[in-house]
Amino acid sequence: MFTATPLNRRSYRNQSLAKAVFFLMTVVLVIPVLLIVGTLVVKGAPAISWEFLFTAPTDNMTAGGIFPALVGTIWLVVVALLASVPVGVAAALYLSEYAPDNLLTRTINLAIINLAGVPSIVHALFGFGAFVLFFRMGQSILAASLTLAIMTLPVVIVATRESLQAVPQAFREACWNMGATRWQTIRKVVLPNSISGILTGVILEVSRTAGETAPIMFTGAAMFVPFLPESVFDQTMAMSYHLYNVATQLTDVPEELTFGVALVLIAIVLMMNAVSIGFRVYLRGMKKW
Amino acid sequence: MVDLAAEAAVANGFPGPAYDEPPIIEVRDLSIAYRGKPALDKVTLDIHRHEIFGIIGPANSGKTSFLRALNRMDAFNTAMEVSGSIRINGKNINDWRNEYALRSRIGVVFPLPVGLPLTVYENVAFSPRLRGIRKKAELDEVVERCLTRAALWDEVKDRLDSLGSLLSGGQQQRLTIARALSQEPELLLLDEFSIAVDPVTTMRIEDVLKELRSELTIVLVTNLVQQARRLADRTAFFLMGELVEIGATEDLFEGEVRDKRTTGYIEGRFG
Repeated sequence: MFTATPLNRRSYRNQSLAKAVFFLMTVVLVIPVLLIVGTLVVKGAPAISWEFLFTAPTDNMTAGGIFPALVGTIWLVVVALLASVPVGVAAALYLSEYAPDNLLTRTINLAIINLAGVPSIVHALFGFGAFVLFFRMGQSILAASLTLAIMTLPVVIVATRESLQAVPQAFREACWNMGATRWQTIRKVVLPNSISGILTGVILEVSRTAGETAPIMFTGAAMFVPFLPESVFDQTMAMSYHLYNVATQLTDVPEELTFGVALVLIAIVLMMNAVSIGFRVYLRGMKKW
Repeated sequence: MVDLAAEAAVANGFPGPAYDEPPIIEVRDLSIAYRGKPALDKVTLDIHRHEIFGIIGPANSGKTSFLRALNRMDAFNTAMEVSGSIRINGKNINDWRNEYALRSRIGVVFPLPVGLPLTVYENVAFSPRLRGIRKKAELDEVVERCLTRAALWDEVKDRLDSLGSLLSGGQQQRLTIARALSQEPELLLLDEFSIAVDPVTTMRIEDVLKELRSELTIVLVTNLVQQARRLADRTAFFLMGELVEIGATEDLFEGEVRDKRTTGYIEGRFG
């Protein structure tokens, strides 16, 4: 009694081994992240200043700031959100709350998953063909944002659907049993309890939209525009495309400036993710069941 | 057993179940299956206005499926196949194009309580609001009356603004009952409502049910044969999806039965 058998000892050893391997893999995962962020901060931080953030590039983009690119990225993200959030949330509501479980619904779900797997350069070519040429939008914020919107639509739909489905079915049935329609149930019980999750999805979409380069390079991003965009029909600079240019397309760009651009870009994305994590923590605190 | 509440009801002019009027529910050849697996087989019965109709039977006998069909809850579950006909107030329930209007007249309570993630007040005010009641005073009145009837008012009157889903299990069950009553239903379907409720509260709710009989019709599914005996005017015994016995509750419990399985179940020899 109360002595470890050889089987006990073997189980214990295997368990320790498994734990060690998983820990090691986690470390492997974290190292590149730390290296990337660390390098960017060390090499890029000296470039960051108010002037860097709020002036246009000068001297054939080898000096000056990034202001037009920063503003352009904001334009692109906002217009893309305006297009993708209403469509994505409505589609997710339909798929999760209304659609019967039949072949059509399953096909649509499969299509959404496939849409998420399409490489961004393919989206770029599609956007160029459809928006820039066919719909005659030209290379513009509108064309670029719509391309980004289509690319990120699956993210919005999947995130929304998941947070809708996290609301227990029993709540819906309780409402239906009182004679509430599906829409009344959604409005009064389902949406209030999934809205934080939906917002989390939207913020993740923002960070992805801000970082993508391929979909905008043919559809609306310009290498250098000395002024700020005034409407969605203008071309614009964008952070991600600007980084691509200063890093690979131009010579004589000081290393510090390149890393500065990268640092600002990644800071935007990380800040968005932080907000998203904050929402999730808040959501857990608000959990009503 | 002296039935005080029933006597009080009679004293108030309640004449008892309306057996001479056309039935409120007419069920004909009702069969239910889940993905082809039968759960209820060709049940035919009538339920009359102002009666408490008890349904007893062991697990898997089709009692809950029967209740779900009355409320057209098969629409929530694609696996559930219903055939036969159910008429409520003379109208086939499948002829209601607006099934929501049908459900709003039927209150339902299930064994596992569901407090909606709203405040206690909003849980009970939900259905009145759907009916278009907007005035605060009117809502207050409905909420207090329904919570009182469900024997919950005294416990929650000081925290109507706390979340309904955070009440204890027994309280949530009474909240669910209050919510069903707030629909001002013509028909109340209760499925083992007392499983999560303590015996004293169960008795209080049972007294309320007896009073309510003068206003509405109650279908009571219960695992507790004695509860059926205490409450039901007539009782049906379901076994393995079959309607084995139906009759006046006293008769069933006095042993005046057609099928000896009924007596066996009532006396606790199986089930």
